[in-house]
Amino acid sequence: MDPTKTEGTEYFHRVVDCQWACPAHTDVPEYIRLIAQGRFTDAYMLNRESNVFPGILGRVCDRPCEPACRRGRVEDKAVAICRLKRVAADNRDDIRDRLPQAPHVSNGKRIALVGAGCASLTVANDLIPLGYECVIFEALDTPGGLMRTNIPAFRLPASVLDEEIAYIVDMGVDLRLSHPIESMRALLEEDFDAVFVGSGAPKGKELRLPGRDDTDRIHIGIQWLESIAFGHVSSVGERVLIIGVGNTAMDCCRSSLRLGAKDVKVMARKPRAFFKASDWELEDAEEERVEIVVNHSPRAFLIEDGKLVGMKFDVVEYEFDDRGAIRDSRIVDEATFPCDDVVLAIGQENAFPWVERGIGIEFDKWDVPIVDETTYESTLKGVFFGGDAAFGPKNIIWAVEHGHQAAISIHKYCEGLSLTDRLPRGVNLTTAKMGIHEWSYSNDYDPAGRRIMPHVDLRKRFRKLNIEVELGFTADDAAAEVERCLNCDLQTVFAADLCIECDACIDICPVDCLTITHNGDADSIEANLRTARLNAEQALYVSGPLKHTSRVMVKDENLCVHCGLCAERCPTGAWDMQKSTVVIPYASDEASRDQQLCQITRKAG
Amino acid sequence: MTSIVKPRIVHHGLSRNRLGLTIRDYEGGMSTLCAGCGHDSVTAAIIQALFELAVPPHRVAKMSGIGCSSKTPAYFLGASHSFNAVHGRMPSIATGAAAANRELYLLGVSGDGDSLSIGLGQFAHAVRRNIDMLYIIENNGVYGLTKGQFSASADIGTAAKRGEVNEQPPIDPVQLTMALGGTFVARSFSGDKDQLVPLIKAGMRHEGFAMIDVLSPCVTFNDHEASTKSYQYTREHSHEVMHTDFVPPMPGIRVAYEEGEVVPITMHDGSRLLLRKVSDDYDPHSRGAAIEYIRTHQRKGEIVTGLLFVDESEPDMHGINSTTGMPLNELGFRSLCPGKRRLASLQRRYR
Ligand SMILES: Cc1cc2nc3c(=O)[nH]c(=O)nc-3n(C[C@H](O)[C@H](O)[C@H](O)COP(=O)(O)OP(=O)(O)OC[C@H]3O[C@@H](n4cnc5c(N)ncnc54)[C@H](O)[C@@H]3O)c2cc1C
Ligand SMILES: Cc1ncc(C[n+]2csc(CCOP(=O)(O)OP(=O)(O)O)c2C)c(N)n1
Ligand code: SF4
Ligand code: SF4
Ligand code: SF4
Ligand SMILES: [Mg+2]
Repeated sequence: MDPTKTEGTEYFHRVVDCQWACPAHTDVPEYIRLIAQGRFTDAYMLNRESNVFPGILGRVCDRPCEPACRRGRVEDKAVAICRLKRVAADNRDDIRDRLPQAPHVSNGKRIALVGAGCASLTVANDLIPLGYECVIFEALDTPGGLMRTNIPAFRLPASVLDEEIAYIVDMGVDLRLSHPIESMRALLEEDFDAVFVGSGAPKGKELRLPGRDDTDRIHIGIQWLESIAFGHVSSVGERVLIIGVGNTAMDCCRSSLRLGAKDVKVMARKPRAFFKASDWELEDAEEERVEIVVNHSPRAFLIEDGKLVGMKFDVVEYEFDDRGAIRDSRIVDEATFPCDDVVLAIGQENAFPWVERGIGIEFDKWDVPIVDETTYESTLKGVFFGGDAAFGPKNIIWAVEHGHQAAISIHKYCEGLSLTDRLPRGVNLTTAKMGIHEWSYSNDYDPAGRRIMPHVDLRKRFRKLNIEVELGFTADDAAAEVERCLNCDLQTVFAADLCIECDACIDICPVDCLTITHNGDADSIEANLRTARLNAEQALYVSGPLKHTSRVMVKDENLCVHCGLCAERCPTGAWDMQKSTVVIPYASDEASRDQQLCQITRKAG
Repeated sequence: MTSIVKPRIVHHGLSRNRLGLTIRDYEGGMSTLCAGCGHDSVTAAIIQALFELAVPPHRVAKMSGIGCSSKTPAYFLGASHSFNAVHGRMPSIATGAAAANRELYLLGVSGDGDSLSIGLGQFAHAVRRNIDMLYIIENNGVYGLTKGQFSASADIGTAAKRGEVNEQPPIDPVQLTMALGGTFVARSFSGDKDQLVPLIKAGMRHEGFAMIDVLSPCVTFNDHEASTKSYQYTREHSHEVMHTDFVPPMPGIRVAYEEGEVVPITMHDGSRLLLRKVSDDYDPHSRGAAIEYIRTHQRKGEIVTGLLFVDESEPDMHGINSTTGMPLNELGFRSLCPGKRRLASLQRRYR
């Protein structure tokens, strides 16, 4: 094999599995180390740079980082990355004087943002410090989007939302509440330099079955949750059926319990392996004694005397192939479940009734606007989309990332620069060696298991709608959990010309991930690895020829625990542990690059 | 905080041997040797070999003398017996242990100083008695522990780190062991586990004295350009004549090999060694020819490696002395201590 290219960004960034998996590329290991040092405010600020809402995301993030976490491959459970983010938020000092501020004079550019959800707020967060005037139009009388209207307060307290939204609004957002935009055409005619659409995916999916229109006790999940959030709904019948097993369903079933329901069932069409809800949401619902019924496909709503009395289902049996995918299904029975209310939680869609067709914004065959995946620009120049409005419903952290990218595009658009000529990501490396037997990080492998989030007692939590269930990690929990992080950003960097092939690194490696072997094709190298390759998605590093024997050093990144012992035991310093910092450009970086370019051209002129 | 101790991580990629143990169960304490010392690699090879052989760790007695090499039993098989003897005196302790408990696997680790300088007399008698043990000499040409003085295995012309040149002829443990009647004689290199691990397995299974001279560079005092025991010199000058594959006893299973190229040797416990000739003109069964071959190549500056001589037919110390078949600690009190009357009758025989 050819020597692996570790120059550039990709190789070392990928090694930091969590940071690679995070849509906004949050520098997870660094913030965990800051927490370990008790530097909660610094940890919070580092988070905020990329994910903007650490307090919110420390509670409800979809946490794609955790399934990616290397610790989950070495043992069974990932580091509680999300919970640690909340530790930073819970323990931070007042950070307001560390927030970026708007300059005294504006740059004269005005941006319209539709919707005050996390996507628009992120755009404003990035553009206001550069001098842009950001006007956010929000249909409701409060900002926050679905984070406010749909994520229940028992998962995300209003105070947390208020505080983190205020950080942005107080930078100088012109927030126009109760101000729905009813015509894109009209908006475009106003005096704005660019428009950002962050209006979300507001339409809950319908279930057209017999009896659907004969009662008012069938609710659409996301609308129903919104009504609960605003106090328009404050009770529900004793027996509630939730249709669907996504995250919305989990919020609906748990909300029902808080509105007085006694018997709540979540009805799933397929077996558990196919559930859309995250594991932890399922666990939390089941802890509250919600019953999840599998293999039941809705057939009809049962109405008697104009009253909803139950629902009829087909009982389905599935056949699976070797990989566990469904090969076939058949109806084997039918079943009736009595109920007083039904909540439909089977998905969400985009809807843009206020965007006129034929004004240059093109829609695809699903009636979703065509949006560029790098620039987030629509087919109409100067109109950008982000968050759920761009590519359909995702989650908060994706909406934030869209916001960052759209902010870069808006800035470039307003400056008349190419939207695609964006600053590349970078990786900085610095050695972590501090002295003899001394490295700049806590490298010991702590076999401790993942800490469990303490919850409010089951008897107490239903008394009010807004009792936050998760109590947050205690100081002891946090202190133990931070040590579980493997410091994957401390990279093993190899210099082939220094290696004397003494095998010291190979012998010491606690996970046997290093091999010196004769070079050959990928198969022959893999066949000679000391530990079989378990994960083909993880990189295999192959060095250049070693000077004594022309063999090569091979490292399987999969299980490396970044203990640094290879570098510690290497007599020649061929292995070094180097701290990598992934540099993610934001609108502010683009702006300072523009400024520097300007100065250079001016000097040259 | 920096930790320099190898953590015990039972990761998903670990395999288990016949006893259900992982290789971690064959490790020992953290090495305090210099980073890059060849001895650490020999330790790793021992761990690998014993794991693959599925030797129960508590059935092993590790024996050593004094030196960096002799420290290494602390770094493998944490759950076994061990005796760290005074300098050069390990062979007699091992002889005693072998006499007392013939069911233990004796694994001696020594250095060129420990075995060829101060301990040469002891070593010679252990070979002569054909003690049933594996005796590894971690040979680096110097006294590593006392900061690099030449040992008895230093070659003529090799230079110390500070520049002084050795003028005295070396003792080659391989030729010495063969001359003394050793029944299993091998040479290997710490940097070549493909060769070393099967040799250790074979040596563990050999009934009688198995000596492996492992060239094991002292990275701190003898790894410079003018040294003949450096990593680079050893790699450039070693020459494998006989490659050994170790095949554990597998009743009913025939091992396929090409007739003529491979010499099979069946060992006492039914395991087999497949000796593959790398050099055509080498015969591992002829003591005289083997010594001649090694000497000739030594004169040309070549280091001959591999399983150089093996003879499975000679009896070990117990066989020679017709000792009891059981370990002494398993004999009943009456057989061990037959009483005054038996003692008196024994003594009468010598009056
Ligand atoms: C029940 C439920 C639970 C969820 N739980 C989680 C979770 O735990 N973790 C997670 O990461 N994600 C979760 N999500 C998804 C997440 O809430 C969304 O992906 C995210 O809020 C999208 O942000 P956004 O800024 O794109 O849009 P939104 O948050 O939807 O905000 C859009 C805003 O635009 C306003 N608006 C719409 N049209 C107009 C108009 N024409 N004029 C003016 N204003 C308008 C809306 O009123 C709204 O305030 C959940 C979603 C649901 C439905
Ligand atoms: C009776 C006695 N004499 C001398 C010493 C000093 N001494 C300690 S180790 C050693 C030499 C060890 O050399 P070697 O066996 O080659 O081991 P290495 O350190 O090279 O592995 C000597 C002479 C001693 N400990 N005891
Ligand atoms: S840092 Fe080095 S020794 Fe530690 S696990 Fe990774 S490769 Fe192995
Ligand atoms: S410890 Fe260093 S010199 Fe020795 S094999 Fe590993 S990288 Fe090469
Ligand atoms: S002094 Fe030499 S023999 Fe001793 S530990 Fe260091 S490198 Fe190994
Ligand atoms: Mg020595």
